[in-house]
Amino acid sequence: MSSQPATNSSSNGVAAGHLGFEKPLLRIENEIVTLENEQRTTGRDMSVDIKAMRTRLTKMTKRLYSHLTAWETVQVARHPTRPLVPDYINYFVRDFCELHGDRYFGDDRAMLTGFGRIGPYKVMVIGHNKGKDTNERITCNFGCAHPEGYRKSLRMMKLAEKFNLPVVCLIDTQGAYPGIGAEERGISRAIAVNLMEMSRLRTQVVCVVIGEGGSGGALGIGVGDRVAMFEHSFYSVISPEGCAAILWRTSDERERAAESLKLTAKELKKLDIIDQYLPEPLGGAHRDPKAAARTLETYLVDSLRELRRFKIDTVLRKRYERIRNLGQFFESADAKTRAKAKAKAKAGGGDGSALARGRRTQPRLGRSPTTLAQ
Amino acid sequence: MVINGKAEVPAGLWEKCQACGAMVYRKEVEANLGVCPECGYHRRIDARTRIEQLTDPGSFEEFLADLSPTDPLKFKDRIPYRERIRAQQKKTGEHEAVVVGKAYIRGRPVILGVMNPAFIMASMGSVVGEKVTTAIERSTEENLPFVMVTSSGGARMQEGMVSLVQMAKTSAALARFDDSGGLYIVVATDPTTAGVAASFASLGDIILAEPAAMMGFAGPRVIKNTIRTELPEGFQTAEFMLEKGYVDRIVPRAKLGREIARVVDYCGK
Repeated sequence: MSSQPATNSSSNGVAAGHLGFEKPLLRIENEIVTLENEQRTTGRDMSVDIKAMRTRLTKMTKRLYSHLTAWETVQVARHPTRPLVPDYINYFVRDFCELHGDRYFGDDRAMLTGFGRIGPYKVMVIGHNKGKDTNERITCNFGCAHPEGYRKSLRMMKLAEKFNLPVVCLIDTQGAYPGIGAEERGISRAIAVNLMEMSRLRTQVVCVVIGEGGSGGALGIGVGDRVAMFEHSFYSVISPEGCAAILWRTSDERERAAESLKLTAKELKKLDIIDQYLPEPLGGAHRDPKAAARTLETYLVDSLRELRRFKIDTVLRKRYERIRNLGQFFESADAKTRAKAKAKAKAGGGDGSALARGRRTQPRLGRSPTTLAQ
Repeated sequence: MVINGKAEVPAGLWEKCQACGAMVYRKEVEANLGVCPECGYHRRIDARTRIEQLTDPGSFEEFLADLSPTDPLKFKDRIPYRERIRAQQKKTGEHEAVVVGKAYIRGRPVILGVMNPAFIMASMGSVVGEKVTTAIERSTEENLPFVMVTSSGGARMQEGMVSLVQMAKTSAALARFDDSGGLYIVVATDPTTAGVAASFASLGDIILAEPAAMMGFAGPRVIKNTIRTELPEGFQTAEFMLEKGYVDRIVPRAKLGREIARVVDYCGK
């Protein structure tokens, strides 16, 4: 499923850079500006008042950001000044050497790829590029890749595999582009092949959702040994707008849809879809991109160090197990057996005979998928 | 059971073909495998009907028949997900949107999966992902060809990300099957779209498709709203996909068994 271009929240009458729910912050910031101006023009010392206001601002930001609703999270993840893949590359990827083209059709600028150094590691960096300003956004197609983007990323992954470089995937897209050309050039096949090849790529793969994780277009570079998300990013099977349009037949229900879809990092950690979420600076990554970059860099270096310790066959076996155990279902259609299994699982003594959930229980058919791995 | 558009065929003796508008005798359509005798339009058929048509009589041994969905997100919708599921189960007599098992097709043993468009448009949630994955693993273990008859509206929204990652799960199992030298045949039927198209439905060694089956990633309405122009005639059909190089052969329903057997023979398993 793909999403339609997102509308940013700047349309709700709030000053640029502020989201609708941030009105209280804007009010305090305005007051600080007024106080500072007054100090400058009158020469009176207002520093005590200003300091108090700043403390209030911090407190208020903390309060607002400690329990963002799902829809507010979506807005933060789409914030126009949120750091993008090229920003993170500038902050911590040294000697970045961009590589272009899929060798079949063209060079999709929605997908940014190249060699780089992160900490002590030489890596292949792959990420969506949404573009900073209007011109760049158009060139990059707002980060919505075509089939050639996915084929380009796959080409770079194969290159990394050949020369034993780990792969770092940074996800930030509304979704793969829904257009005629994309269908003609086999967008389904391009994404499917990426999923298949990433699952068996003989090098370490670390994926992080840094902003928007839009459906298949995100997953297309999202299969790896470690999958993480930034605290205020989101990852969803369909955009909240799209979901609302289908289920409630109006996009006005997007807030409810966002809530229902459990698309926040915290919810997805609970569902075992991701391994962990990375804390963001107070008030979101866009308020302190440098700090966000440090967090991301540390996470990547730590993950690579950990993964580099294992033999590649072990890495691949674990990767398969990780993917294999995604999902949950009842093994029996019989309501009584199910209720029993549930009660047992709740009591902590579940043997998983009827309720299989996530990675906690052994799969069925009297064998474990690991036997297949060898 | 022949599915007429969204609704099932009513119990009347005569009915209108939704493609050519001709009044056709219901029994004749059924005898013709759900294909309109006038215009050749391939109607959607449910999984059991498909299995009956495709496999040698009495050869189908189903596995994982009891697997049924949970509600991982406790999804809040106009109608709760649990109720939707229960209604679909009652309507179709199936626990979920795919049926998998071992079967013989013209004497050749295969592992067969058939998606059921009568069940929430055969959308893929955890159960579909698990059953397809298990079927692939069985094919690997038993060294048998895997035949998957696809039709799906995509990932099941009500299971959120849990459904999206089933794309990765099925594709990862196919990678292992591929490594083991297994033969994978896809039979794409109306409609094969979105999350299923962008995973196992596009990964066949051989991809067959029924005539005029809708095949594509993004929904036509989404594309139209994005690019704001009319879509070309025949866009996202099996014929379109053949022309663009994503389908090997278009095969009418009556010849599917024969064509599958032929491919199996060529690939030596």
